[in-house]
Amino acid sequence: MAESEELGIAAGEAQAGVRAVAGTSRGPVLGPPMVEYLLRLGDDRLILGHRLSEWCGHGPILEEDIALSNMALDLIGQAASLLRLAGEAEGTGRDEDALAYWRDGVQFRNALLMELPNGDFGFTIVRQFLVSAHSVFLWEALLAAPHAGLAGVAAKAIKEAKYHLRHTSEWVVRLGDGTPESHGRVQRALDDCWRYTGELFAQDEIDTAVAALSFTVDMAAIRSRWDQVVDDVLQRATLTRPADAAMRRGGRVGRHTEHLGHLLSVMQIVARSHPGATW
Amino acid sequence: MSDASGAPVGDSHWPLWEVFTQENQGQPFEHAGSVHATDAEHALQNARDVYARRGEAVNLWVVPSTAITASAPSDAGPFFDPGNDKAYRHPQFYIAPRGIRIF
Repeated sequence: MAESEELGIAAGEAQAGVRAVAGTSRGPVLGPPMVEYLLRLGDDRLILGHRLSEWCGHGPILEEDIALSNMALDLIGQAASLLRLAGEAEGTGRDEDALAYWRDGVQFRNALLMELPNGDFGFTIVRQFLVSAHSVFLWEALLAAPHAGLAGVAAKAIKEAKYHLRHTSEWVVRLGDGTPESHGRVQRALDDCWRYTGELFAQDEIDTAVAALSFTVDMAAIRSRWDQVVDDVLQRATLTRPADAAMRRGGRVGRHTEHLGHLLSVMQIVARSHPGATW
Repeated sequence: MSDASGAPVGDSHWPLWEVFTQENQGQPFEHAGSVHATDAEHALQNARDVYARRGEAVNLWVVPSTAITASAPSDAGPFFDPGNDKAYRHPQFYIAPRGIRIF
């Protein structure tokens, strides 16, 4: 199993003739930095978009059902563009569909927060709020990236992320400042999500290598703006910001929770049952 | 008791809002349909998601349905019939002098 886990990115890296940045004898094997960087961005959106799509037909009311599905489509669209760029950077002929449907769990690079089950509506909204605030500032920084493809995705995605932030902020306020039941649920969701937020801002050797190659994203600046937005909305929602404790991470190097495998089995079944099918 | 839109509280549904969309700048707003929402901002967002997600609008209005006063079907006779049976209400009834362009 360990061998097959190292295929995919590692195989692509070998063919592209680029040295792996990380990977001790027992650690994860990471591919070329720009490929890894684009996969992290793309997989975050693919996995979260899939989670949102699970609400389709189950939303609390028709209007919100459509809103959640719209956001899911936005994220999956962004993921398609980012994974296409990752495939181009990899240079072994894998397109966005190959990357979405034919990688296994250990080859996914999304943050753990994205793959957690939807929970109740409050959990889904709180997670979407925390991620959307992060996305808005990240895309803002990437607008100026000296990478035409990525800057192009940023220009489109920032508009979508801004709407997601607006929509979810309003919901967080309504649920937090709503009934005792909704307040309790959404506070619990916030407490549950919090330990996964650190990974959104974590930087490692991939970011260092991308900085050396091309561009730097000032994560500390993004973090401080994220803090402001989150604090403002939580205050309006009469919610308590959880204390920063130990943060869970691992998704960026392929160490995922048990939930990702189940998600992938649903997401990939059609493509894998009918290889090469078009519709 | 009523909420922001004037609808009675206690109904299991959120209040109803009428949605008007403007397709291009300068064009009139047209009625697109209705959404349920708890307040104006929420109504605006739901209207955006339901009626403007495929680029149909550049602007939106949402109006509490209760703020609209509508004519009733029983008004149809007294309201609208008199307009139809008097040909002289229409400019076409009059013979235009030669040389005047008729639309």
